Amino acid sequence: MGIHARAAAKIVESANRFHADVVLEKDGYEVNGRSILDILTLYCPKGSRLTVRFSGVDAAEAMKTLEILIDGKFGEV
Amino acid sequence: MDDDKAKTFVMKGIGVSPGVVIGKVHLFNRMDIQAPFYKLSDPGLIPEEIERFLEALHESETQLLELKNKLVDSGGGMEPLYIIDVHIMIMHDRKFIDLTVQNIRELSVSAEWAVRMTLQKYQEMFDRMEDDYLRGRISDIQHVGQKIINNLACKHHPPLEVPEGVVIIASDLSPSDTAQLKIDKVLGFATDVGGKTSHTAIVARSMEIPAVVALGNITRAVSANDDIIIDGSSGVVIVNPDPEIRKRYEWKKKLYEKAQDDLLDYAGLPAVTKDNHRVVIGGNIEFIEEIPSALHHGAEGIGLYRTEFIYINRQELPDEEEHLANYRSVVGVEGLSWATIRTFDLGGDKFFPDKKSFHEMNPQLGMRAIRFCLKEKELFKVQLRAILRASVYGKLRIMFPMISGIEEIREAKSILAEMKNDLLSEGIQLGQEIETGIMIEIPSAVIIADQLAREVDFFSIGTNDLIQYTLAIDRINEQVSYLYEPLHPAVLRLIKSVVDAGHNAGIRVAMCGEMAGEPAYTMILVGMGLDELSMNPLAIPRVKKIIRGITLKASKSLLDKVLKLSSLEEIKTFVGEEMRKHFPDDFSDISQ
Repeated sequence: MGIHARAAAKIVESANRFHADVVLEKDGYEVNGRSILDILTLYCPKGSRLTVRFSGVDAAEAMKTLEILIDGKFGEV
Repeated sequence: MDDDKAKTFVMKGIGVSPGVVIGKVHLFNRMDIQAPFYKLSDPGLIPEEIERFLEALHESETQLLELKNKLVDSGGGMEPLYIIDVHIMIMHDRKFIDLTVQNIRELSVSAEWAVRMTLQKYQEMFDRMEDDYLRGRISDIQHVGQKIINNLACKHHPPLEVPEGVVIIASDLSPSDTAQLKIDKVLGFATDVGGKTSHTAIVARSMEIPAVVALGNITRAVSANDDIIIDGSSGVVIVNPDPEIRKRYEWKKKLYEKAQDDLLDYAGLPAVTKDNHRVVIGGNIEFIEEIPSALHHGAEGIGLYRTEFIYINRQELPDEEEHLANYRSVVGVEGLSWATIRTFDLGGDKFFPDKKSFHEMNPQLGMRAIRFCLKEKELFKVQLRAILRASVYGKLRIMFPMISGIEEIREAKSILAEMKNDLLSEGIQLGQEIETGIMIEIPSAVIIADQLAREVDFFSIGTNDLIQYTLAIDRINEQVSYLYEPLHPAVLRLIKSVVDAGHNAGIRVAMCGEMAGEPAYTMILVGMGLDELSMNPLAIPRVKKIIRGITLKASKSLLDKVLKLSSLEEIKTFVGEEMRKHFPDDFSDISQ
């Protein structure tokens, strides 16, 4: 997965709908799921794997929403 | 950002106004003409400035939302809409805002400048990415930043101050640019484009400050506040110089300031004493671009060509052809009778991008120069082959640095011989006059100089290192730099014994350290009997003037007296007095 601007924007948009903290992690680098610049600077070209962590009252819902987003390839074809 | 020192790199352009300066990068962008970059005159203004930034941010967002609504109403495609969303998200980004506010608060700069610094920081992060698409995302951040800056600038028009001690880096400078900039305190200019007659060049010459133009993409290569050296004579620009290089250029700068035009009368004259003793004068260079300056200032040959810059400032190792391209430009130059090429003389860390994997507690005493070359033989062989191949173009001398014992020179010579044989068997022609020599810069080499002399054709004394190793001073450590003294009696005795050992064995002895270019020491060095003095080209006219004004006899007697003195202070006072006696006008500034 390469995080293109559009996908990054969708992640931020989704993360912002919840109270839970959303943290993206790749190769030991962690970034805030609410910060578009953080996500864009998390260098992950196509094919990279990354871990997403959720914590907070509505963590479960947040995770579900992100899952749908990612499974749906960010609404792109 | 990591806390590693920024990487040294070199750019070459056209020197259009001579001189050397060392300063900080100040990026100038015509777009910013309306965007004042200035320091706040009073820290009390900081809260107000932060407020200005937040207002401009809000205003920029409102403008984008309006634009978005317009596009939605007009039923335009989806593509631009999500880009606008991305831009708005950037404006909401906590880190973007915090970083900018922090710049204003901690550096006390205008909001415009603070935004530009934030952009710069992101630029650096994105530059490190390998994927073109991802790297290109910086344009979104720049777009947002420029929008905020424009909104800020519309409301505020103080004069465009340029801080002191900076070198202006620009794509090009037009008359209207220089008219709007307060350039009276600028140290120099370096630009992407231009030529000898461009506006930048003319302004620089009229201000008598150095300028280098036609550097290609220096505006993209440097960052605000980088350390930068501009050599307007050779057209070389060095960014983030390491301490060694910086020191060398500080020296060069001093020399340049001293080298008045009338001294150039001496450049073309031979260095012969009044009693007809001839000293050969070489020039030290590290870029082939410095050859014209060496000729202009009166070098008879190249006494030291430092090859380190062929290696640093790049991703991959130079191949044989690249080495050769450099060496053949140094060898056989009309007007220069020989060229001394010194093999690689840096620490091995220069080859490892990850410096931590090659960390040494004492790099000056570590795996460097000939030690590194004898360990990494394949690297060494590439350089030696190229040097040998350059020998067909003219008289060439190979010099090995940092020899501490006989094994090292023997091994270096045997690899050299092996390379010679390889080349000959490949049918490649070599020159007839290849000489081999060593730098004498480690006290152990001085002590066994008589034995080393049997192995080589010449010695060249590297005083910078010899002094530091003899007196046990790290030259870069400011705490102990007061101990660095070329006139220390121990140093003088060592030099004398090298010259004597060389001459007893019938080989030439040169000196290529900074000491050779210091006119106050010229009489002592002539008295020692050094055959060749090689120095920064800018120092040559003055040293020639001294040599032409003295006799070998007087120099020898001066040296005899100096060698009998035991304290450094006595020596300094005595030499100062003697030099003033011979040259009342030239040494008025020597301290007692």
